[in-house]
Amino acid sequence: MRLVVASGKGGTGKTLVSTHLAWLAAERGLDVTYADVDVETPNGHLFLAPVVEREHRHTVLLPSLPFGHCTGCGVCHDFCQYNAILPLPDSVLIFPELCHNCGGCVRVCPPAVLSEVPHEVGTVREGRAGNLRFLDGRVDVGEPRATPLIQEVLRRIDAGTLAVVDAPPGTSCNTTAALSGADRVLLVTEPTPFGLHDLRLALQLCRTAGLPAGVVINRADLGDDRPLRAFLEAERVPVRAAWRYDPELAVAVARGELAGRRVPWFRDAVEHLLDACLAPQEDGRS
Amino acid sequence: MKQIVVVSGKGGTGKTSFTAAFAELAGRSVVLVDADVDAANLALLLDGSDEPPREYQAGRLARIDPVRCTGCGLCVDACRFDALHLAEPHRVVLQDLACEGCGVCAVVCPEDAVSFVPQRAGQWTVRDTAFGPLVHAELVPGAGNSGKLVALLRETSRGLAERLAASWLLIDGPPGIGCPVHAAVTGTDLLVAVTEPTPSALHDLERLLELAARFRLPAAVVLNKADLDPAGTDLVEAAVAARGVELLGRVPFDPEVPRRLAAGTGLLTVPGVRDAVVACWAAVARRAGRANASAAEEGRDAAV
Repeated sequence: MRLVVASGKGGTGKTLVSTHLAWLAAERGLDVTYADVDVETPNGHLFLAPVVEREHRHTVLLPSLPFGHCTGCGVCHDFCQYNAILPLPDSVLIFPELCHNCGGCVRVCPPAVLSEVPHEVGTVREGRAGNLRFLDGRVDVGEPRATPLIQEVLRRIDAGTLAVVDAPPGTSCNTTAALSGADRVLLVTEPTPFGLHDLRLALQLCRTAGLPAGVVINRADLGDDRPLRAFLEAERVPVRAAWRYDPELAVAVARGELAGRRVPWFRDAVEHLLDACLAPQEDGRS
Repeated sequence: MKQIVVVSGKGGTGKTSFTAAFAELAGRSVVLVDADVDAANLALLLDGSDEPPREYQAGRLARIDPVRCTGCGLCVDACRFDALHLAEPHRVVLQDLACEGCGVCAVVCPEDAVSFVPQRAGQWTVRDTAFGPLVHAELVPGAGNSGKLVALLRETSRGLAERLAASWLLIDGPPGIGCPVHAAVTGTDLLVAVTEPTPSALHDLERLLELAARFRLPAAVVLNKADLDPAGTDLVEAAVAARGVELLGRVPFDPEVPRRLAAGTGLLTVPGVRDAVVACWAAVARRAGRANASAAEEGRDAAV
């Protein structure tokens, strides 16, 4: 079962929830993988302190033109949907930062002089944190193509095991890529107008993707949770967990610790959340 | 006119509430942009009436004609975005969310079964707020092309700022360090990174400052919730100093802030926080002026 922890708004507690779910599942003796696909800003390793066993530099293929062979016909420029190829009188200029590595230009090049070369986009790490299998991706600074790295991390999850995926914030390309292959989604939110606004969008994305979603309300007493709860009730979205703000949690997070080790009530709350996540689904596909 | 972008790396550190407070303090000579187009929240803090929304169309989606498709699977193998799958019986289905409209499937299809439809990717508008116009947008969840929309909003806001002779263009940036962040920070006069004293925020701040260095952008840091953890505060201050980046100010944590945000007001209504934010804005304004002056000097040096 693959559970993706997403949010819409950033900083609501995705990593707090996903690291704890994975840790407590491993404590129960389950074969579980924690996969951090927030590849621009991956933070799960700070709390799980994994022993990294393998690192892999991931590459994508980008077009490359050997000097002097181009006829300047412009067919590749006409084909490219991303404005990554600028036609010149007797050649073309490639802008690799705009390229989406679809490979189309190489296919359509009439004299077949365009070729593809590997380009590194980031690092995938595999390791263990106690009984937990750990995976994360880290895109190179300045690299605009994050989704191929997200897909690569997800490919390394063993089928048939429990996986908890820590998703990036937002509702754009990276989040969409993180949701691919998910069985269930947990959306972490906070009771502020920001949290609610972005939760609506994240929920819309889940529905477009045909994925059932439940909600965790973090810091439920900081703000006003009435509009949030009214919205969730109207939309028939189950609240899987809700907990209050506790300075002890904030301190644990500030020290890079798993808060559940220090704060018993929080560990209990996540145990219950894990039960709810592992239970057979009631019809959440509204 | 100076362009200031507020970013953070990690989400939820306070980008939007700081941008709104800075707008109020900038004294009615400001144009605002919400560049966090897939989770745009600045409009929730700044009341005003919106112009009629403009459609944002970007990219296209493939459509497979089920009558022509024989299910040969050539397109399935060629698609690098995993958007096409073979379904029984001998029929190809396309996942809209994964399709990037590249056109490779159409190139390899022997049956000419692929056509394209334009993708409605969102809408954008300009809101007339008490502090100045706010250019903001809403991306259709899952639509992609967020970097392109950010570029469009920035172009629009720059035109507005020039027309109004505004002194400041404030950009509320997206989290992360990827494509939409690149679009939000390119060509700005000062990157203000809002962070907090946690290992996550510091880790992401370091990646963001590396990006700023790579883009050759002047950067400075505001430490939010600075009293949350003294040890964490020391670590952030040391890391920032080690990079030669200026720490513009420290703002204390007050649980009243999220309550005020929930009530639709901002940082400046919380007494203990207000003074610190005012001091931050003064430092931002001073630093942006200096960054500009030194950039001009560099330009002169380069010209010589």
